[in-house]
Amino acid sequence: MKFFKYALLASTLIFASCSDDDDNTPDPVNEEEVITTLTVTLDSGSDTVVMQYQDLDGDGPDAATVTVSGSLTANTVYDGSIVLLNETESPAENVTEEIEEEDLDHQFFYTVGSGLDVAAEYGDADSEGNPLGLSFILNTGVASSGGLTFTLRHEPNKPNTGLENAGGETDIEVTFDVTVE
Amino acid sequence: MIFTNTYLNSIDVQKTPMLFFFLILLLFNSPIYSQDCNSSLTLKVIDLHDSSVLQNASIFVKELDKEVKTNFKGEYVFKDLCNKEYFIEISHEDCETIQTEVKVRNNTIKTIRMEHHLNELDEIIVKSNFKNKSQSVFENKISKQTLEDYSNNSIADVLKTIPGVSIISTGSSIVKPQINGLHSSRVLLINNNVKMEDHEWGIDHAPSIDINSIEKISLIKGAGALKYGGSALGGVIISETLKTKLIDSLYGKLYSSASSNGKGGTITTDITKTNSKGWYTRLQGTFKRFGDYNTSNYIMSNTGLSERNFSLKTGLNRVDYGFEVYYSFFNNETGILRASHLVSAQDIFRGITSGIPLIIEDFTYDISAPKQKIKHNLAKFNFFKTTDLGKFNFQYDFQSNKRQEFDIRRGDDRNTPSIDLELTTHSLSLDFDSRFSNNLNLNLGIVGKYQKNFPDPETGVRRLIPDYEKYDLGVYSIFDYKLNPEWIIEGGLRYDYTYMDVYKYYKTSFWESRDYGEEFSDIIVEVLANQILTNPKLEFNNASATLGSKFLFDNNNTIFFNYAMSSRSPNPSELFSEGLHHASARIELGDLRFKSEVGHNFGFTYQKSNEKFSLIFNSFLNTIKDFIVIEPVEIMQTIRGSFSLWEYRQTDAKLFGADLNVDYKLNKHINLIHQSSVIKGTDTKLDNPLIDMPPANIKNEIVYFNSDLNNLSVSLQSEYTFKQNKYPDNNFEVYIPTTETYEYIDLSTPPKAYHLLNFNSRIDIHTDKNKSINLGFKINNLLNTTYKNYLNRLRLYTHDLGRNFILSVKYKL
Repeated sequence: MKFFKYALLASTLIFASCSDDDDNTPDPVNEEEVITTLTVTLDSGSDTVVMQYQDLDGDGPDAATVTVSGSLTANTVYDGSIVLLNETESPAENVTEEIEEEDLDHQFFYTVGSGLDVAAEYGDADSEGNPLGLSFILNTGVASSGGLTFTLRHEPNKPNTGLENAGGETDIEVTFDVTVE
Repeated sequence: MIFTNTYLNSIDVQKTPMLFFFLILLLFNSPIYSQDCNSSLTLKVIDLHDSSVLQNASIFVKELDKEVKTNFKGEYVFKDLCNKEYFIEISHEDCETIQTEVKVRNNTIKTIRMEHHLNELDEIIVKSNFKNKSQSVFENKISKQTLEDYSNNSIADVLKTIPGVSIISTGSSIVKPQINGLHSSRVLLINNNVKMEDHEWGIDHAPSIDINSIEKISLIKGAGALKYGGSALGGVIISETLKTKLIDSLYGKLYSSASSNGKGGTITTDITKTNSKGWYTRLQGTFKRFGDYNTSNYIMSNTGLSERNFSLKTGLNRVDYGFEVYYSFFNNETGILRASHLVSAQDIFRGITSGIPLIIEDFTYDISAPKQKIKHNLAKFNFFKTTDLGKFNFQYDFQSNKRQEFDIRRGDDRNTPSIDLELTTHSLSLDFDSRFSNNLNLNLGIVGKYQKNFPDPETGVRRLIPDYEKYDLGVYSIFDYKLNPEWIIEGGLRYDYTYMDVYKYYKTSFWESRDYGEEFSDIIVEVLANQILTNPKLEFNNASATLGSKFLFDNNNTIFFNYAMSSRSPNPSELFSEGLHHASARIELGDLRFKSEVGHNFGFTYQKSNEKFSLIFNSFLNTIKDFIVIEPVEIMQTIRGSFSLWEYRQTDAKLFGADLNVDYKLNKHINLIHQSSVIKGTDTKLDNPLIDMPPANIKNEIVYFNSDLNNLSVSLQSEYTFKQNKYPDNNFEVYIPTTETYEYIDLSTPPKAYHLLNFNSRIDIHTDKNKSINLGFKINNLLNTTYKNYLNRLRLYTHDLGRNFILSVKYKL
C-alpha cells in the first residue's frame, strides 16, 4: 500500500500548487486588429465632405453609425483620403499606418452604385507600383445620387483589374449614400 | 507462489542436496505427515482478470507423472495423495504456463489464477483489464491489422470502419469521430484509462491522440459505459495499449509508409521489454509529415501536416498487484485550406460560387496561416491490488493541452495566434471491481477532477473561451448479474457534480442586449469602457443510469438490449461564445442560462456468428431533452460587410438509426463483407432535421486471403454514400453592394451522392521465429472520383481527396 500513500501525497502537492492564483482576475484583451472607424475625407479645395462609418462594438449587437457631412458639388475634382482607426483602444490606434506598411498586401476598391455619376481613380501606389488606394481622386459628374462603396481587400492578387479578380479577404466593405448636387 | 522458469529448472530434488535436506527437515517437523496417503487436492483454475473459470487447462503433477485437464468448472480433484508438497505445472492455451508447488494436507482446495491472454498479440480483443466495459452493449472492435493500415491517418479515420461511425471534419487532417450522429462533447474518448481533455467541444478540434500509440481500440455506442462518464450521449471510444506477457522478452516494430497524396508519410516505431517477474517498459514514437493534399484535379493549398509524438509506458504487472506509469506527448501542426479563410457573407458567396478554392498554389510542404498548433501532454500513474474482496485501482492523471489557432493577420500580429488556450486537468480516481459470487459483479468508483483553462490575452483577440476553473466529482456503481449461463443483466447509476468558477469579459452591448444585467448583476466584478468583467459561478448536477441485458440463445446467437440515461453539462463554448469564430466563419453566441441536456438512449443489437457467417445488426433510438444546437438567426452588418450570426439554443431532439455488418466466408480464401448504416435526426420542437447528420452509406468488400502464399491478402472495397436529403435550411440571402445584387448563399444543401473504390493488399515477404517483414500497398479512391463530403466543413470551398497510393513496410522483431 506504499504506492497509495506516495501517490496521494504527490497528488495533494500538485493540487495545492495549482490553486494558488485564485485572486488574480484576468486582464482585459486589447483588440489589436479591429477596425472600428473608416473616415473618408473629400476635399475640392473650396469644399470638404467627410463620410464616416463607426462601429465601436465591432461584431457586437450595436449597429454602426454612418454619417455623410454633406453633398458633393457637380463637375468637381475632389482629393480623397482614407483614415482607419481602432477606437477600442485608448488612445485610438491609427490602422492606416499598418496598411501603408503592408501596402503590397492591401488594396482599396471604389464601387460606384448605379444612378450616381462620379468616377474614382487611384491617387497612390504600393512599392511595386500597383494601386493601394488610401488616396484617390473623385471626379463628380452631373447631379445624381447613389451608393459609393469602399472595399479593402487583404492579400489580394496584385495586379488585378478590379474586384472581380482581386481575390483576397474583405477587411472593409462600407457603402455611403452620396448625393451630387 | 509462482516460480519463474529459470528458478524452477534449478530446483531438482536429486541434484540439490540443500533442498533434499530441507525436505528431510520438513518431514521431521510435520507431525501430520504420515505414510497413509488418503488426502485429496482440488485444484481450481481461473482467469486472473475476471475470475472466469478456465476449463481444459492442463495440470501436470510431477510426482505422479500424470497430466489431466480441468472440467467445465475449471476444476480437477486428485485423490489418494500424501500429505506433502507436490510440484505441479498448469498450462492453458493463451496463458503463460505456471509452475508451482502445493502443500497437501488432508482435503486441500487450491485456486490457481492464470494470466489469460486471448491471442492478445494478434487480434485486438475487447477484454479490459478486468472485464468487459459493458455487459449489455455490444462492443465494436477494430483489428490490429486495420489499426496498422491507418497508421497514416487519425483515430477518427480508423473508427469509421465501424458501421454507425462517421467522421466530421475540417479538411482532411482535422477529423473527429461521430457516433450515432453525435460528436465532440457528446463522445468520450478514453486514452489508456484517461478521459481526454483536449478542448474536445470544438467541431474543428481533433482528438490529440497518436493513432500509432494505440494497440487496441473499442467502441461502445450510446451511454452504457457509465464508468467512463455520464455525458456520452453518442458513445465512448476506448483506446488502450496491450497488457504485456509475464515472460522475458524484447520485441518491437518499425512501420513506415509513404503516400502519393500529400507526398508524405509516417514512420512509427515501438519497442517493448518485458520480464517474467512482471516488469515491462514500452517506448513508442511517431513522425508524420505531409505537404499539400490534392483532390482529383487540383492542389488544396495549405493543407500540410507535421506531427511528432512519443509515449512511454513502464510498470509492474504481478498476479495480485501492479502499477503503471504512462506518459505521452502529442505535437502537431496542421494547415487549414488557405481558400477557406472567408468569413463575410460576400466572401463566402465568392468562395461557394467558385466551387473550387479561390487560391490554388504550387505544391508545398510549408504550413502557413490559417493553421493549428497543438501540444498535448498526458501523464498517468495507477496502482492496482487484487484482494479477496476484489480489485482496487487507484489512478492519478494529468493532462495539459495547448491549443493555438493562427489566422491570417495584419501587422505585428501576423505571427501571433488568434486563439491561444492552455487547458490543464488533474484527476484522481479510485475504482473497485468485485466478484461477489460467480454470478454477481459489482463495480464502484469515485473520480475527482480539477481543470483550469487559461486563454492567453496576448493574442490581441477577445477570448473565445474564458478563463475558468472547473471542479468535478463523480461517483458510480455498476453491477452485472448472471441470471443463468445464457442471460446477464446489467444496471448502473452515476452522479456527477460540476462546479465552474469563470472569469469572463462581456461586451457591454452584448451584456445589455441579452438582459443579463437584471438576472446576473451579482456576478459583475468590474465595469470597463466597453467591457464588463464578470465572475459566473455555475453548478451542474447530473445523474445518469443504465439498465440492460444480454441474452445468448445458443452459441451462435446473442441479443443485447440497453437503456441509458445520460446528462451532459453545457460546454464552455455553448455557455460563453460571444463573437466571431473564424474557424466556423460566423459570429457565435452562447447562453449563460443553459442547463444540462438529458438523453434517453435505447440500444438493441443482434449478433449471429458461426464459422462461415457473422452478422451484427444494431439499432438505436435516442431522445434528448434540452439538446443544444447552434443555428443562424440573422445577418449582421459590420465594417467587414455582412456576417451570419448564429446562436446556441436548447431544444429537444430525437435520433434513431440502424447499422448492419455482415461477413460471409465464401470459401477458404474469399470473404465477402457488407456494411451499411442509416441515421435520422430531428429537432422535435421545430420538426426540422438536425444539421450534420451522416448520410446513409453502403460498403461492400471482397477479400482474398491465402496463407500458403505468404499470407497474401487482396481486397477491393466499394463505398457508396447517398446524398443527405434531410437537412435544416440555413441558407440566406444577402445584398452585395459592389454588384448591387441580392445573392442566395447556400450553406446547407448537401453534396451529391458518390461512389469510391478502395484497393488494399499486403503480403509477408519474410517470416521466421524472430522477425517478420510485411509489405502493404493501398489505393484509396482508385477511380480518382471528384466528390464532396457533406460532413467535411470545407466542402463549400473544395472537393475531397483524390486518388492516393500508399506503400507501407512493417518490420517486426
